[in-house]
Amino acid sequence: MKFAIQINEGPYQHQASDSAYQFTKAALEKGHEVFRVFFYHDGVGNGTRLTTPPQDDRHIVNRWAELAEQHNLDMVVCVAAAQRRGLVDDGEAERNQKDATNLHPKFRISGLGQLIEAAVQSERLVVFGD
Amino acid sequence: MNALHTVNKSPFEKRSFDSCMGHILEGSAVLLYEDGVYAAMKGTAMEGKVKSAQGVRFYVLGPDLKARGVSEERVIDGVEIVDYAGFVDLAAELDKVVAWV
Amino acid sequence: MSEEIKNFLYLNRRAPYGTIYAWESLEVVLIGAAFDQKVSLAFVDDGVFQIAKGQDTSGIGMKNFSPTYAALGDYDVHQLFVEKESLEERGLTVDDLMHLTWEDEDEDWAEKDSIQVVSRLELAEIIAAQDVVFSF
Repeated sequence: MKFAIQINEGPYQHQASDSAYQFTKAALEKGHEVFRVFFYHDGVGNGTRLTTPPQDDRHIVNRWAELAEQHNLDMVVCVAAAQRRGLVDDGEAERNQKDATNLHPKFRISGLGQLIEAAVQSERLVVFGD
Repeated sequence: MNALHTVNKSPFEKRSFDSCMGHILEGSAVLLYEDGVYAAMKGTAMEGKVKSAQGVRFYVLGPDLKARGVSEERVIDGVEIVDYAGFVDLAAELDKVVAWV
Repeated sequence: MSEEIKNFLYLNRRAPYGTIYAWESLEVVLIGAAFDQKVSLAFVDDGVFQIAKGQDTSGIGMKNFSPTYAALGDYDVHQLFVEKESLEERGLTVDDLMHLTWEDEDEDWAEKDSIQVVSRLELAEIIAAQDVVFSF
């Protein structure tokens, strides 16, 4: 079965990203397809490569990136939500004249249409939020 | 079409659980996870609500219970404990997932 | 893109301004309107406050996004279900809400109300009939 995952909250503050990760991992292990993981609202914060948790804590961003690497996951950060919250990739930095970028290379920034498309193309949309 | 309704907030803090309970129809299922697992505990003000829902299956996420120190014995009779794989199975089995975030 | 048309419901349960969910949810609705799906919105719990009339954010330094709801009709989004019990619990009636309308192309552009007040049970049935439910 084809799943789409929507994550509304950032890492650490809420369990949403952790739950979504465990769900996505379990779905992939069961042989399901995950069409896209879409990060919205503060959820865009899951895509910053600058995260530095304490050594004894899980690294939420890297964990997503590793799962994406293993399963060729499409992880999309909403552009409008990202701009508000300072999540920047090379393209965004150039467009908005920013002097730095912070998006992890396993994530990509794109429009809200990607969420709608994921919902259209997938058989189930599962939302994780606060 | 039957839905899997998910609740991840404590029923003692937020209205998500009550709101969910007001919108479930016979044949649907409810999964309690994260702080939502507190709604699955015996001897709470929620027990009557869970037991009186006719034709609705209730599930609770085991790893979230365990993390919070809620033993399986404290789960309301009839509420089934599942893991993340079970969550995935439910999402696939029911026709859609409705998140009461 | 798939040719399949799905029933999309946006489930709005939060008040505006205190958090950004209502506003960013509305942004999804506007973008989603271009996708030719069958779209409806539900206003439940504090979500009914999103479409209250008389919103004025001049004193809080935030954008008043409530006029955008009035534009939904132009995007062919005209099924706005408002839960009766949620209104009543909050001491509101439909008169406290913005008057949201759309123009029906099939009836010589007759102006019609977008808001339909439905009972909790009716809304449960509406939710059950959807293919996809978005929560924010």
